[in-house]
Amino acid sequence: MYRGILMRLSQAVPVLLIFSVMVFMLMHLLPGDPAQAIAGIDASPEAVEKIREQLGLNRPLPIQLLEWFARLAVGNFGESLTLKQSVVSAVGERLPVTLSLSLISLMVTLPIGIGLGVVAAYWRNSWVDACVMFTALLGVSLPGFWVGILSVLYFSVTLGWFPPSGYVPLSEGGLWPWFASLVQPAIVLALFQIGFLARITRSAMLDVLDQDFIRTARAKGVDELTTIGKHAFRNTLIPIVTVLGITLSLLIGGSVVIEQVFALPGIGRLIVQGILNRDYPLVQGTMLLFGFAFVVVNITVDIIYTVVDPRVRYD
Amino acid sequence: MTEATVLASGEAIAARRRFRVLRKLLHHRSFMVGFIIVLAMVLAAMLAPMTGVDPNAMRVRFRFRPPQDAYWFGTDQFGRDLFTRTLYGAQLSLWIGLSVAVLSGVIGAAIGVLSAQFRPLDSPLMRIMDALMAAPAILLAIGLGAALGPQTHSVIIALAVAYIPRTARIVRASALVTRELEFIEAARVSGASNLRIMFKHLLPNATGPLLVQSTFVFAYAILAEAALSFLGIGPPPPAPSWGNIIAEGRSFAVQAWWIMLFPGFAISLAALGMNLLGDGLRDVLDPRLKVES
Amino acid sequence: MAAPLLEVQDLTVRFRTDDGWMTAVNRVSLAVGEGEALGIVGESGSGKSVTALSILRLHAAPTTRMPTGRIMYGGRDLLTVPSRDMRAIRGREIAMIFQDPMSSLNPVLTIADQIGETLRLHQGLDQATARKRAIDLLDLVRIPDAARRVDEYPHRLSGGMRQRVMIAIAIACRPKLLIADEPTTALDVTIQAQILDLLRDLQRELGMSVILITHDMGVIAEFARRVMVMYAGRVVETAPVGELFRRPVHPYTDGLLAAIPKLDVDVRRLPTIPGSIPDPTAMIPGCRYGPRCPQVQEACRREAPELVPAGPQREARCPPRVAAMRANL
Repeated sequence: MYRGILMRLSQAVPVLLIFSVMVFMLMHLLPGDPAQAIAGIDASPEAVEKIREQLGLNRPLPIQLLEWFARLAVGNFGESLTLKQSVVSAVGERLPVTLSLSLISLMVTLPIGIGLGVVAAYWRNSWVDACVMFTALLGVSLPGFWVGILSVLYFSVTLGWFPPSGYVPLSEGGLWPWFASLVQPAIVLALFQIGFLARITRSAMLDVLDQDFIRTARAKGVDELTTIGKHAFRNTLIPIVTVLGITLSLLIGGSVVIEQVFALPGIGRLIVQGILNRDYPLVQGTMLLFGFAFVVVNITVDIIYTVVDPRVRYD
Repeated sequence: MTEATVLASGEAIAARRRFRVLRKLLHHRSFMVGFIIVLAMVLAAMLAPMTGVDPNAMRVRFRFRPPQDAYWFGTDQFGRDLFTRTLYGAQLSLWIGLSVAVLSGVIGAAIGVLSAQFRPLDSPLMRIMDALMAAPAILLAIGLGAALGPQTHSVIIALAVAYIPRTARIVRASALVTRELEFIEAARVSGASNLRIMFKHLLPNATGPLLVQSTFVFAYAILAEAALSFLGIGPPPPAPSWGNIIAEGRSFAVQAWWIMLFPGFAISLAALGMNLLGDGLRDVLDPRLKVES
Repeated sequence: MAAPLLEVQDLTVRFRTDDGWMTAVNRVSLAVGEGEALGIVGESGSGKSVTALSILRLHAAPTTRMPTGRIMYGGRDLLTVPSRDMRAIRGREIAMIFQDPMSSLNPVLTIADQIGETLRLHQGLDQATARKRAIDLLDLVRIPDAARRVDEYPHRLSGGMRQRVMIAIAIACRPKLLIADEPTTALDVTIQAQILDLLRDLQRELGMSVILITHDMGVIAEFARRVMVMYAGRVVETAPVGELFRRPVHPYTDGLLAAIPKLDVDVRRLPTIPGSIPDPTAMIPGCRYGPRCPQVQEACRREAPELVPAGPQREARCPPRVAAMRANL
């Protein structure tokens, strides 16, 4: 199994490389001069030039790229221009927020999404199926940020159940305030994922239910619950795991926008502010961390995949 | 049998199949509902000028009117008629959705077919696609959109680039399967060039999955464009994009809730319609997943 | 004549298709005695598989209307017993094996688990005992190295071995009746022979009845004691196997036998039955085999023929032929 992991890691290296170069190029496409931004509007051209020299922005691009890689190799992900702290620490501060949000969202998404899909598939073409699928359709069609705003209007402003924005760390208020600050964004985020997962689960389950071995199970006298829960479901997991990576990607993508709506100081918000403020090092560093995380997630998904499907084990 | 004969008979079969597919589509409930919704929105968008109202005309005297009489959707903080703005917003958003779907579809298909046909191109092309997919699509779009500046075409390019890899993957998968079929060997042996194989065999067989994917991309693009506009990285104000209207309306959410409401419904309806369309197409083209009998 | 173990009476099964309702099985009756080997033979589409699936109520629910008729087993009508009782019968008293061993086993469960499941379910064995019994069963179906094989997943086994595993699952609880739906069709000829031998030996050792369904007359000759020929959803002939081959009555049986290549006869072209099976949704007034029958008469086209006795333990759905044979005697 370790050989498999190593192989995947080595395949990931060129992808990460290309990704880094892309991020780098992207940043330098952004209009606006960070040196000017730091120096301030009234700064003299010499002052701006000095800052540019300091940041190494006046050297040719390929050199800048190599310098950046060199710094990365020693673990220096750069210094944020606007936040006056290292990228790593900036990300570190905000990681718990995004992580909490994503985890709560996932805990809601997985059982509901998969459960709905299984139910819809088992009672295919019935009104249950139609209702579930319509709900799933709504989930993937409603814009998250809009639902978020409406939700705040109703649940926070009108009903006063939850705070309209902001994040309360566990250390500050305890369990409930932390949870309350995350509940709305997590559910709004989950809407799309649930719809997505339910649709995929339904179609995967339908495929499995049509297979011969389900008929064999029934011919053995196995009851319906075990037939679905054990025989069918374990096979349905295989395509679900396959889309796990995509689901996580959608989750992170969604959280970028949701964090803006609910003013949660997470990594998504960090990147968006960074992009809008032309904070090169911050965006480059954070995107790269994203890339690494993505690779790790993919490898993990592959490992889970071998657990779930005995046909692809590396032995 | 020459390649011409094989292909000619193949084309006749394909034509008959296309007709049958069309008939099935017309009977598929989800597809027809989706189609009607989309058609209605497109018509509404095209007929926007018929309202006779200028979407950007500010009549400060009539600001913050709730939905009533002449103002079907009410007015915003500048007194602009929201109904008209929403209709013009449809023009913009649907146009962006279409462009993104077409652009990513064409380029993605090209990449997919090229990777499938030319082995040495496969690895590098797919690595680049993987790299593009390493970040969530919306993030890539935000970055690219910000880099290209707040204009409509930047949004289109940004979103198209974000969705190209997924389309390329799908087309490539289909093309690889087609390649394994025996009639490609026959075509090869009778002297078909690479170009011919790609255009006459690989591409036509991939149109099914490609079409399905493109309709879903259209839906994603509408949602994504709204999100981008909301973040300030979209068609600049005063252009009435649905996302813009929601962004502007957010500040007045409490006293003028209607500003945000209708564009949101519009976005949802458009995405819903496209999703239904895509579902219908997928059911008809891959009957194992039929929702209705 | 002892009471039959299983008796199907007037079974009719209809399906809804895109083009309307079709009758897959049309008033079929059959009986299987204890320890008897009954063969059902017919082309694809003759309704033989659907008949078999109906015995265990395994047909695809959404598109089938509830079958009419009666299936008597142990004094009860299997078509009307409650689901719980049906589940107790499946796998324990009546077992079934299917055509495609590649897809009939669950790819994510071990062999031990899949065989053991039947044992745990019907005999209440615990995990460890069930596993040991599974190994014994694998030995019984002649799988070498059973102790190692039992912990493997189906994809590691060849087609022939998977079919043996299916058989092991089926006989695990010593059922009184085994229904084998085209068990050898998907296998190589050499493996076919082995599986048939295995089935025959098991049948003798365990004293169980077997219904073997196939389209291959050679398999019928090897295995069955009595044969039932089906065409277009109807039984067209039943006879003891020797009689069927020596003196077929129904023209369809004639056609089937003539189509078997013979080693000792030199022919330029293998005889086939012209035409194809009728559209299952179309109802024609006369004999359904009429359009393809070389001996078709006017009466055949007008009236659908009934099954008539054609000798000791024989029936055929062709009154003209039966009458002609009687006249010749």
